[in-house]
Amino acid sequence: MSDEHMSPHDPDAPESTPSAGALVARDGGHAAAHHADPIADPGLGEHTWRPTDVDPKAEKRAERQVAAMFALSMVCVLLFLVAYFTLDVGDDWTTFAGLGASTLALGVTLGMALLLIGLGIIHWARKLMADVEMTEMRHPAASPEEDRAGTIAALNAGLDESGIGRRPLVRNTLLGSVAFLGLPAVVLLRDLGPLPGDKLAHTIWEKGMRVVRDVVGTPIKVTDMEIGDLVNAAPEAMFPSEENGYPELHGAEEQAEKAKGAVIVVRMEPENIIPVEGREDWSIDGIICYSKICTHVGCPISLYERTTHHVLCPCHQSTFDLADGAKVVFGPAARPLPQLPLSVDDEGYLVAQDDFYEPIGASYWEREKESRQP
Amino acid sequence: MSTDARLDTSKVARTNGSTPATASKPNRAGSLANWADERLGLGTAMKKNLRKVFPDHWSFMLGEIALWSFVVLLLTGVFLTLWYNPSMGHITYEGSYDQLRGVGMSEAMASTLHLSFDVRGGLLMRQMHHWAAMIFIASMLVHLLRVYFTGAHRKPRELNWVIGCLLLLLGTLEGFTGYSLPDDLLSGTGIRAADGFLKATPVAGSYMSFFLFGGEFPGESVIPRLYIVHVLLIPGLLLGLIAAHMMLLVYHKHTQWPGPGRTEQNVVGFPMLPVYAAKAGGFFFIVFGVVAIMGGLLTINPVWKFGPYDPTKVTAGSQPDWYMGWPDGLLRIMPGWESVIFGYTISWNVMVPILIVPPLMLVILMLLPFIEGWITGDKREHHLLQRPRNAPTRTAVMVALMTFYGLAWAAGGNDIIAIKLESDINNITYFMRVAIFLGPLLAFWITRRWCISLQRHDNETLLHGYETGIIMRDPQGGYSERHAPIDGRRAYTLTARDRDHVLTAGEDTDEAGVAKPNSRTERVRAKLSAWAFGHNVQKPTAAELEAAHHHESHEAELQSGLDHPAEGRAMDDHQLRTVDEAPLRER
Amino acid sequence: MRLLNRTAGRLSRHRRGPLAGLVVLLLGLLLTGGLYTALSPAQAETQASETEQVAEGKKLFLASCAFCHGKNGEGIATVREGYQVGPSLVGVGAAAVHFQVDTGRMPMANSAQQAPKKPVVFNDEEIAALAAYVASLGPGPAIPDEQDYSIEGLSEEEREEAIARGGQIFLTNCTACHNFNGAGGALPRGGYAPSLDGVEPVHIYEAMLTGPQQMPNFSNGNLGPEEKRDVIAYLESLKAAPEYGGFALGGLGPVSEGLFAWIVGIGGLVVAAVWIASHTTRSTRSKADAS
Repeated sequence: MSDEHMSPHDPDAPESTPSAGALVARDGGHAAAHHADPIADPGLGEHTWRPTDVDPKAEKRAERQVAAMFALSMVCVLLFLVAYFTLDVGDDWTTFAGLGASTLALGVTLGMALLLIGLGIIHWARKLMADVEMTEMRHPAASPEEDRAGTIAALNAGLDESGIGRRPLVRNTLLGSVAFLGLPAVVLLRDLGPLPGDKLAHTIWEKGMRVVRDVVGTPIKVTDMEIGDLVNAAPEAMFPSEENGYPELHGAEEQAEKAKGAVIVVRMEPENIIPVEGREDWSIDGIICYSKICTHVGCPISLYERTTHHVLCPCHQSTFDLADGAKVVFGPAARPLPQLPLSVDDEGYLVAQDDFYEPIGASYWEREKESRQP
Repeated sequence: MSTDARLDTSKVARTNGSTPATASKPNRAGSLANWADERLGLGTAMKKNLRKVFPDHWSFMLGEIALWSFVVLLLTGVFLTLWYNPSMGHITYEGSYDQLRGVGMSEAMASTLHLSFDVRGGLLMRQMHHWAAMIFIASMLVHLLRVYFTGAHRKPRELNWVIGCLLLLLGTLEGFTGYSLPDDLLSGTGIRAADGFLKATPVAGSYMSFFLFGGEFPGESVIPRLYIVHVLLIPGLLLGLIAAHMMLLVYHKHTQWPGPGRTEQNVVGFPMLPVYAAKAGGFFFIVFGVVAIMGGLLTINPVWKFGPYDPTKVTAGSQPDWYMGWPDGLLRIMPGWESVIFGYTISWNVMVPILIVPPLMLVILMLLPFIEGWITGDKREHHLLQRPRNAPTRTAVMVALMTFYGLAWAAGGNDIIAIKLESDINNITYFMRVAIFLGPLLAFWITRRWCISLQRHDNETLLHGYETGIIMRDPQGGYSERHAPIDGRRAYTLTARDRDHVLTAGEDTDEAGVAKPNSRTERVRAKLSAWAFGHNVQKPTAAELEAAHHHESHEAELQSGLDHPAEGRAMDDHQLRTVDEAPLRER
Repeated sequence: MRLLNRTAGRLSRHRRGPLAGLVVLLLGLLLTGGLYTALSPAQAETQASETEQVAEGKKLFLASCAFCHGKNGEGIATVREGYQVGPSLVGVGAAAVHFQVDTGRMPMANSAQQAPKKPVVFNDEEIAALAAYVASLGPGPAIPDEQDYSIEGLSEEEREEAIARGGQIFLTNCTACHNFNGAGGALPRGGYAPSLDGVEPVHIYEAMLTGPQQMPNFSNGNLGPEEKRDVIAYLESLKAAPEYGGFALGGLGPVSEGLFAWIVGIGGLVVAAVWIASHTTRSTRSKADAS
């Protein structure tokens, strides 16, 4: 680090004048800085003129250019109007080179109209408006000393007359009462939503509910599934019909159950499954079912690699090994995906043995307390 | 207080109006001004401000991009509200877009589709609004960097810096709430992640989630609630803070670069009316025009392809908009740490990247001017900017922060990087986990050394002149490059900076030998001061310059055979070309 | 005002132009027709020529495939980290062979976790022979017919319904890997879901049916043939639809949008700011000289 010593103004130079007590600048304080200017300020240079200032032809030309830009802008606005009234949207978009003609034409004509006004004004300012630099003096940010003194005197007089310093009882009860007004402000927000209760711990899954294909709602026969298959599935209750007798769900309730009930069903070679203690009978011939909701922050996951049995979350790349109890093999998630215990009903369709034994999705404070033991 | 004496209006191009403001017979503008003044009494304030001087430099216009894109946001946003319906009521889409006809969705999504497909210019306005939002936040960030790198955050502008940081925060929140409103698959995925963030809050997490969503996620309340925050609450706060930001700018007067005639006591530039008003006004149209062209040419957020939000669906490339990319990146590279203490779950994997680091970064950002002010102990006002190289430690601190931000941001696009560069998502993540710590340190070190080298180079130029590119051969056969002194105005500009002051702690005890209060903090401060400024290269003193120049000119005389001291550019053939001698184009 | 291209039909109206439509139609006919005649031995050829084809296929197989997949297609047991080097081909069916070979993925240039798309090595007859041979090893899905993945035969209303349903199935089952635009996405350890842009409908169908490489199967028991057809119909309808909002920026979502906001938006506006603040040309003459 010898380079510091090349500094022409070595911090250890003997010119420092330390004085006892306060922190001191080694070269004698800030005030000295201005006197140390090695080159004197030559002052603002002489103004030089632009061709447009001295050459009437150049001036005229610039004037015409600016006016032409403004005129072209008007042309663009006319084109905008033409595009607006002739290009179809809605059921039958007019297209241009594979793009929606309306958006394209309106955007480009409006943009050019605006841009040309901008370019014209700037050109005007640069070429024709006076460009003589002016100097304005600054004032300190602080108010003049006497004003400040006056203000402080007024403030003190006001405070003194109010007696706020002399009557602590009044002052403190006032402060207390205003602070208490925070309570209604907070309490009024209470009805923003219901309390969680145990809602996060349960899903719509229950014993005997069929596992059905998402979107189409058809049940899944064990024999339908081949090794390597991935089914994005849902609880049958999300597809109520007279046949299955589940009640219709609406609005928020339907969305909430959908958000919690989504599962993925995969089939792999049964010998590939590493059994988890207590869950030996939760899969059927290599068919295994996990919650689709990531345990990190709750994205649905279904990037399934059938060769590795890994499933990846597209939001933050947590990777779970479905063959190994869906444990986390990579990424920010901390817990395995909850497993849905499967069995088969009389007709050979996949059904749930029970609800999940632990809350699905993102972690929360009371999560552990709300888990059940199988 | 403007000194108009320099302005000789007779020498100004004729097209420029030069009627004096005190004309005896008022023109039309004058009589209108009279009418207004008799009612509003603005004459006194306007007298000073109409010809208020603003210095001219491209980097001073970055904040203007933010201001103008905010105006574009207000205009396009109002248009969007005329059709958008912030309701999560469930309906079946029967509109013009074939691929979604018959699909169930919220009214918010359906009205967004209607706006995009059936309202002429609706899709354009949506895309302009979105592009303007991206540019709004990006330009705030670039403006922030300019302010910090040039030292414009120093006294008396610290509070304006804090306001600027709040604007950045509010802009980001405004962006996130707006991104969520269409209720498409991508925005719904974002809201669900936000639900996960809320739930990770210790103790109150699940309650906060239920209160925000009006029940269990996704509920039917969140979009109307975000809507009112997006169109009323945050824009109101933004407007107020922007007004305060601008008023402080006017009060403090703009900073300027040092140079001949430009001092801490003055401001040199062009008057508000007409030049600055024209340039700023023209720039508004340019920003608006660029946003409109982007809105017309470049697809942004094609919600129809994402489809309505459905909590069971997801798409590859689920990312937030760019300004939320860096917390998302931190989230991606965070290891999966979670602890259970007394049966309660603490999700470090979510809390650290979302609830701890981003607020911490914001606080650090807001404190930067105060930290710097404390270390320097400098109580003076500063209106002359510093070149980034002349504050090596400060520049390096910001580059380190930028490196941290940039790496986190890149981590937020790790899946896109993996497919575009044919690399491995896991290895990118492992790399980022290390780089996020080492990168900023390395960036700090490199930047500081770099700045110091540049300072040294400036001194070389001052002392020994610039390199002319002329190779001299001396009688002994040795070669050397001839240096020629730089011209006086440039030399002054290079020296127009303060010397840095390294503070030393005084004695720990006073005269009576009693330990002083605060001596410990003083020692810390002295150490920090030495760390921050001790390595800097200071400008040469007058004596050093004198000695060097004497030597140089003597050399030059000898070399060139001139009988007088060589001046400036006389030594080389670098002549300033003038348009009159060599016109740029035919006239 | 018919300045620009416009057609009347509800579903076909998004074609880019009458000529383009014609070309697409012709190409489609030629391709599918060619494939059809080449790949459906049962239609035109006799039992005898089928046996010949299998024999021909076996020859090709021994020359080009047996090194990894074994002399009888039984596969090689070597398992590297996460993937099997040469999986067994018994029961994969003609569809798997057609997908892998007709997209150039097989034969692989070198052993790797994932076979990239590349120029096709075999001609149609050779592919048909290989497919016939592998199909003879064990029962597996056959190469789909055109009617399996085309909605041409349906009424307009049915077609619309099929497209909308296909979109929902696509968003549920496919976008997690292949992205909302079919632009593809990243998988763990360097894997990737390829872009669906420019992929033949028959290959998309076969990929769903057979689950090539890491891709899970969507066998007919999992995703019915009609559902697969609908997914393809949706993808084709996306291709036919214009980009309503302008250029798609790669269809990668917010990352590419962010890049454009910075490079085009901020970049362009900073250039404008530099221009606005720059000094204009100067003259050596002064006002006094001129007047």
